[in-house]
Amino acid sequence: MPPRYALIDCNNFYASCERLFRPDLRDRPVVVLSNNDGCVIARSAEAKALGIPMGTPYFKCRGLLRRHGVTVFSSNYALYGDMSARVMGVLARFCPAVAVYSIDEAFADLTGVPGGADAFSRRLKATVEAWTGIPISIGIGPTKTLAKLANRLAKGHPRLRGVFDFAASPDPDRLLRHTPIDAVWGIGRRHAARLVRYGVGDALAFRDMDPVWVRRKMSVTGLHTLLELRGQPCHTLADGPAARKTIVSSRSFGRPVSSLEDLREATALHMVRAAEKLRRLRAVAACVHVFLRTNPFRPGLPQHNDSASVPLAVATAHTPTLIRAAHAGLERIHKEGFEFKKCGIMLSGLEPVNGRWLSLLDLPPQDTPTHVPTMQIVDDLNARWGRDTVTFAAVGRPDAAWHMRRDMRSPRYTTAWTELPVARA
Amino acid sequence: MSPPLPRTSPSRPLPLAGEAVAAGFPSPAEDYMERSLDLNEYLAPRPEATFFVRVAGDSMTGAGIHHGDILVVDRSLAARPGHVVIARINGEFTVKRLRSTATGMELAPENPDYAPTPITPDTDFEIWGVVRHVLHAL
Repeated sequence: MPPRYALIDCNNFYASCERLFRPDLRDRPVVVLSNNDGCVIARSAEAKALGIPMGTPYFKCRGLLRRHGVTVFSSNYALYGDMSARVMGVLARFCPAVAVYSIDEAFADLTGVPGGADAFSRRLKATVEAWTGIPISIGIGPTKTLAKLANRLAKGHPRLRGVFDFAASPDPDRLLRHTPIDAVWGIGRRHAARLVRYGVGDALAFRDMDPVWVRRKMSVTGLHTLLELRGQPCHTLADGPAARKTIVSSRSFGRPVSSLEDLREATALHMVRAAEKLRRLRAVAACVHVFLRTNPFRPGLPQHNDSASVPLAVATAHTPTLIRAAHAGLERIHKEGFEFKKCGIMLSGLEPVNGRWLSLLDLPPQDTPTHVPTMQIVDDLNARWGRDTVTFAAVGRPDAAWHMRRDMRSPRYTTAWTELPVARA
Repeated sequence: MSPPLPRTSPSRPLPLAGEAVAAGFPSPAEDYMERSLDLNEYLAPRPEATFFVRVAGDSMTGAGIHHGDILVVDRSLAARPGHVVIARINGEFTVKRLRSTATGMELAPENPDYAPTPITPDTDFEIWGVVRHVLHAL
């Protein structure tokens, strides 16, 4: 039986989460801003129709939003995380196999479901929407790449009512011709730009390229994408493009920060988060990168953007070691006399904790048996009693100047007893 | 809305909304041991569809729902006449009993001081969820 993959994607996920608990916003435009109220990162269909572009800095579109009566929310990750878990939970209940791809997307293997993938997907969509209140779109195909492409079509054409099976199309070539190359899953921005220069601007032209050429110029990843467009599965449910190679944690400050002390605390907090994520992936990192920048939208002020990479002697997931490395990098790039807007860290050189390279000369100093349980205990305490129950002194005070600004955050309707939605009786 | 998902498949069984689904850490002793009672299991058998909503007002005291109580709302149930429901009406949430009348449906309070709200074809109205339990502190 040929495989039937589905990509299930929540529509305007953050905006949909906000609107579920705000009955007055039914059919009204809603946008959600990124951390620290920086840019527009989610828009309801009504907001899209007003022509508010994705990624616009909030200060640039504030007037437009106000004129059109758009309701603006700061991001509320407690709510989005909980709603995501609910959607994924319903999918896991009903689908034979599910792999979560991002906060608002999952792949499912629908091979052999009763009544066929299309009918099943329509019932699945109705069930997710009834149970969680989050609207979804489902694309189906013989490969994950085609399922992703079908999902894009399901979203773009209201006539399809949110579900589209690529295999059901009478003219699949036409669909590929109308899919721009940069919308194909697994084709990065750099490769897309290069292909366009070669005259390959859509998925059809790419599908019909010479596989040998693609293999040579775009490596095996590009070849897999090409074969998947031809209907030959190369990715299993659990694997595919964009496997995690780096972990990034960065954030804009609530107000400009210049002192090294504040920057050290902010950097440490980013590292605490990133290291938690690293340990969840059962991985260790070989390199720490630190970056720092002033506000590019304030051209009158002196600008200073810099980054530093600090390779580690031995790849590790030990938070204090990673913080120390980040601080060493930060001290190299910090300069007095600038108002910094943002700082962050990235971990790269990720490898599984059990398969790492050890140096013959250096003993792994910080991964002695007494340190690994310490990290485990910290993670367990925070998982049980809530984030930051135990943290590292380097993170500093909770009221520090650099903490996030989110003036328009909605209540944590599903995760805080004191912030539940209210019904009139 | 489409009918609920099918009960069985030719290749493998699908869990159904009405069945309890095993969750949590599997233990080899599971078959020999009784677990202690779990309120979540009783109040929220389908956690993905269960939401908590705070009550404001006294129009439902006759149904044992008081100001400040917490309602356990299940969105996986189809609302039928007789159910206490959370409804979206005129841009806010209200809790009332759904009743059928000679002419259609109404949202009925359980307190003689309040009047029922008839639902006409042009009422801006939607059932948000069915109330299964009320948590009332004594």
